[in-house]
Amino acid sequence: MSESVKLSFPVLADDFSHAGEASGSLKRTLKKLGIDMEVIRRVSIAVYEGEINMVIHADGGVIDAEISAESIEVWLRDKGPGIKDVELAMQEGYSTARDHIRALGFGAGMGLPNIKKYTDEMSIETEIGVGTTVYLKVNIT
Amino acid sequence: METRFHSIRHISERCTGCINCIKHCPTQAIRVRNGQAKIIKELCIDCGECIRVCPTHAMRGMYERMDATEKFKYIVALPSPAIFGQIRNLEDLDYVTTALKRIGFDDVFEVSRAAEIVSEATRKYMHSNSCKYPVISSACPAIVRLIQLKFPDLCDLVLPIKQPMALAAKMARKEMVEKTGLNPEEIGIFYISPCTARVTEIKNPIFGEESGIDGAIGISEIYHQLVAEMEKLDKVEPIANSGLIGVSWAIDGGESAALMSSHYLAADGIENAINVLEEIEDKRFKRLHFVELNACHAGCVGGILNVENPYMAKARTQILRKYLPVSLNHLENDIIPEDMFNTNELKPVSGIKLADSLAESLAIMQKIKDIERTLPGIDCGACGAPSCKAFAEDVATNHAKESDCVFKMRDKVFEYAQKMGIDEKD
Repeated sequence: MSESVKLSFPVLADDFSHAGEASGSLKRTLKKLGIDMEVIRRVSIAVYEGEINMVIHADGGVIDAEISAESIEVWLRDKGPGIKDVELAMQEGYSTARDHIRALGFGAGMGLPNIKKYTDEMSIETEIGVGTTVYLKVNIT
Repeated sequence: METRFHSIRHISERCTGCINCIKHCPTQAIRVRNGQAKIIKELCIDCGECIRVCPTHAMRGMYERMDATEKFKYIVALPSPAIFGQIRNLEDLDYVTTALKRIGFDDVFEVSRAAEIVSEATRKYMHSNSCKYPVISSACPAIVRLIQLKFPDLCDLVLPIKQPMALAAKMARKEMVEKTGLNPEEIGIFYISPCTARVTEIKNPIFGEESGIDGAIGISEIYHQLVAEMEKLDKVEPIANSGLIGVSWAIDGGESAALMSSHYLAADGIENAINVLEEIEDKRFKRLHFVELNACHAGCVGGILNVENPYMAKARTQILRKYLPVSLNHLENDIIPEDMFNTNELKPVSGIKLADSLAESLAIMQKIKDIERTLPGIDCGACGAPSCKAFAEDVATNHAKESDCVFKMRDKVFEYAQKMGIDEKD
């Protein structure tokens, strides 16, 4: 069955307290579909990390998801500054978050590594001054 | 899906078909159909939010009246600890217990007595090897039903020990049989309830075991009579046997504090509880050992069948505590007796999934999204569903018609008008 459902969630950048709304809505949708909770948890954690990144580094953006019987694919798209060195950004503990962000407890440099850890596939497309798209995929079976 | 007893009744003569209840129901279990609120039984957790918000009092909590006690030879009141916070300037629990006897009960057994034993057993359980963290309190039946319905994966974290009300019923019947020499069935055990969720729990226990309680009477039902009797009392009988640990179960954080560990979280109010459960589901907070969730603000003192403002009652309970010993009830031995554990496991209740197979669910989800896209997205509630999203789901699952949406209806009218050659301006 090649049926799939596409969902889209806006991510607002003006307030940290909104972060998690998109991953939360996605999670509730996945639960309605009856997808295995362990799979949902992995998607939820990975998307939450990405959502936080979009709030910290970019000016928000859009999260698109496509759910099929085989997998959950997510694209986190922003029009932020882009990532200078992707390899470095993927290292645990590396962060370019500014001090006032760190003071809030964010910017530990675990965002992208965590996305990789909880997903089956992950890739980053980025262009300086244009924006970044983080793609992730979690297989259902 | 199972249908079960509910303690919330809808009074159609009073219902105006407004949208207050559908907007506040935490499980989106209410729809307005043909100008009347309808509770979807499978989704209702008996929390009582609809009773709280209904401006015309068309939702009512159901419980027994005192005449239900008449068929028993010996009647025992099992007051929830929430009752103490309803009383002004209370320094001695026996004013309440003695007054309960004056209004028609033969004896009184406070649920807080059993609560102290449950606290002790929970402490032991949390140190056992079989314990999986975080343990979620089983005290609030609305929360446990919410977990069954919306957080199926968290069912196995719920404390498997009997909650105080059920334990108190068992202890009380045993004690009263010994005291009176009567047969167990001649003794009527009546819970004095702060909320609808507990009334439901008595008739339809979550864990499937008989509650051992013959009926529930709302605190508000006996409150005025009770206060009148209390004012007449010149001396009290020594009946109460609870310490501050047991009485504290009436307020949020009380059950947790008795565990003597700082790794706990206590949240009150059903919306807050839902948010906490979402976090636990994602395993965001790994160092948490115990989670106490109360559907009502301030804890059981905030239950819908109380009389006082929840926070006033909470403050009174806190002050009352300083007149009480720590704990007067303990486990008989150093182990948790086998019969204190629930016989059955907590099982999820279906209701969250759209369909049994993922392919089917995806097809329905696609339909929901397609319908949602055509709706105004202002969540006006005029269709009878709490949001455009919920309405889209109702339409996709054939529980509502698209024309129930006033905006869709308006479009249709314009369309017909145009076909008939009538100008929009007319």
